[in-house]
Amino acid sequence: MSTQPQAAQQRYTGPVPLPQQESDYYWQKCKQHELWLRFCNHCSEAYFYPRDICPNCFSRQTTWVKASGKGELYTFAIVHQIPRPNYQGPLPYIIAMVKLVEGPTMPTSIVGVEPDPQYIKIGMPVEVTFEDITENISLPKFKPA
Amino acid sequence: MGTLSRQAAIVGVDESDQIGRIPEKSSLQQHMEASYNALADAGLSIKDVDAVYCAATSPLTIAEYFGITPRHTDGTSVGGSSFVIHVAHALEAIAAGRCEVALITHGEAGRSQRRSGGADMGTPGAQYELPFGIASPPMTYAMACTRYMHLYGEDRTRQAMAEVAMATRKWANLNPKAFFYQEKMTFDDYHNSRWVVWPFHLPDCCLTTDGGGACVVVSPEVARSCRKKPVWVLGAGEGHDHSMISQMPDLTRTIAYLSGREAMRTAGVSHRDIDLAMIYDSFTYTVLTTLESLGFCGRGEAPDFVAEQRTAPGGDFAMNTNGGGLSYCHTGMYGMFLLLEATRQLRGECGPRQVQDCKLSLVNGTGGNLSSTGTLVLAAD
Ligand SMILES: [Zn+2]
Repeated sequence: MSTQPQAAQQRYTGPVPLPQQESDYYWQKCKQHELWLRFCNHCSEAYFYPRDICPNCFSRQTTWVKASGKGELYTFAIVHQIPRPNYQGPLPYIIAMVKLVEGPTMPTSIVGVEPDPQYIKIGMPVEVTFEDITENISLPKFKPA
Repeated sequence: MGTLSRQAAIVGVDESDQIGRIPEKSSLQQHMEASYNALADAGLSIKDVDAVYCAATSPLTIAEYFGITPRHTDGTSVGGSSFVIHVAHALEAIAAGRCEVALITHGEAGRSQRRSGGADMGTPGAQYELPFGIASPPMTYAMACTRYMHLYGEDRTRQAMAEVAMATRKWANLNPKAFFYQEKMTFDDYHNSRWVVWPFHLPDCCLTTDGGGACVVVSPEVARSCRKKPVWVLGAGEGHDHSMISQMPDLTRTIAYLSGREAMRTAGVSHRDIDLAMIYDSFTYTVLTTLESLGFCGRGEAPDFVAEQRTAPGGDFAMNTNGGGLSYCHTGMYGMFLLLEATRQLRGECGPRQVQDCKLSLVNGTGGNLSSTGTLVLAAD
């Protein structure tokens, strides 16, 4: 119906994260198209999602480290139907978890590949790519590396 | 909990007046009808109730609506498994003398309720999963299933999912209350159905229906004065190990590996003693991973375990005999309905779908994103 598909694509109507004090830095870095992880100085593990306590050892001695943005596909699914109207987007699309080379596994979506299981393999190398959805928020998605 | 074994019994269960598509009724009405009916089934009055248990809805709301002043309350709300866990908590409270008649109630207009906007976008789930379209259980469970397929084989997992969907439908065809009572299904129907979230076909996913259910748990003394024979709580276990799917420690094993072990240990029974397994089937895959987590078979072995319609009517492993969340009813928090069916089977009330000599049932509820489980071992009087 629309004669301006490009304009339609630019209008993001989906859910927008509301950063919290402990995740402000994460989202600021995403806006700069960098992926940063929380890192525990006590057990020397990076972890996801960003929070003020290490989920591995309950230490509050945490800092931030820049991630390489590389990892491998840990699992995925292809959404053909949205049962609840809490998310709108073009169908089908690929949701996934990516295991980063730094260790943590993070939820994301996969772009740059057909949403067809024959083209998507668990274990395949992927790298981060950012999608600017608002002026302040960019989502870390992943594409085949 | 060995000493708590048989210290409480289920004496009344029922659904709301109707389940399925009930667009005109609220969740509270579903709560009320189910509780009213379950108390009648028990032969007890609302005046006998001295403890209220519910999830999602506040116990304050329920007690006020019912006009009661409980001396014991439990609002544990950890997803669809909550009511199974409530039974264990009621057992503990009754044994401790905190109450005598616990009313566990559920009502949910899962199909028809209007949802309001204004979600909190600051939660971890809203920040890190929802914006990527990871937005509901079919999506989160599907990602766990894909991982399982990767580890244990896509084709045999697919076949096992079809086996579970088919077997459960056959049970529903024997239950007049089931949503799909009159609708038969074939393997071709399964494989030709549309995708909801790959790798889930439509029949891999539970229903979304309206309805309520309630369950009355009482002390042994009260149990002897009730209308029907008690169903005894022999053992219980519970646990949870994450909330968001991306935080699940092991995508192909639920915490039932602990709650099941604890329930069976405290009941003093083993797997081969179980006559009926009531396994929360939010998705066909949930059944596979739960059977393994509970130890009915080893990891990656569920596809062999459920092969050749073993869990269907006439098979040698009776499971989800009400037709399950897949084909009977699923309001959103289905765990309550596991309790209803286990109780009815142990009382011998199930007519054409009755499991012969049903003495012992294992009930396992799963809630959240494969997050929480509650396991019970229930016994006939
Ligand atoms: Zn640590």
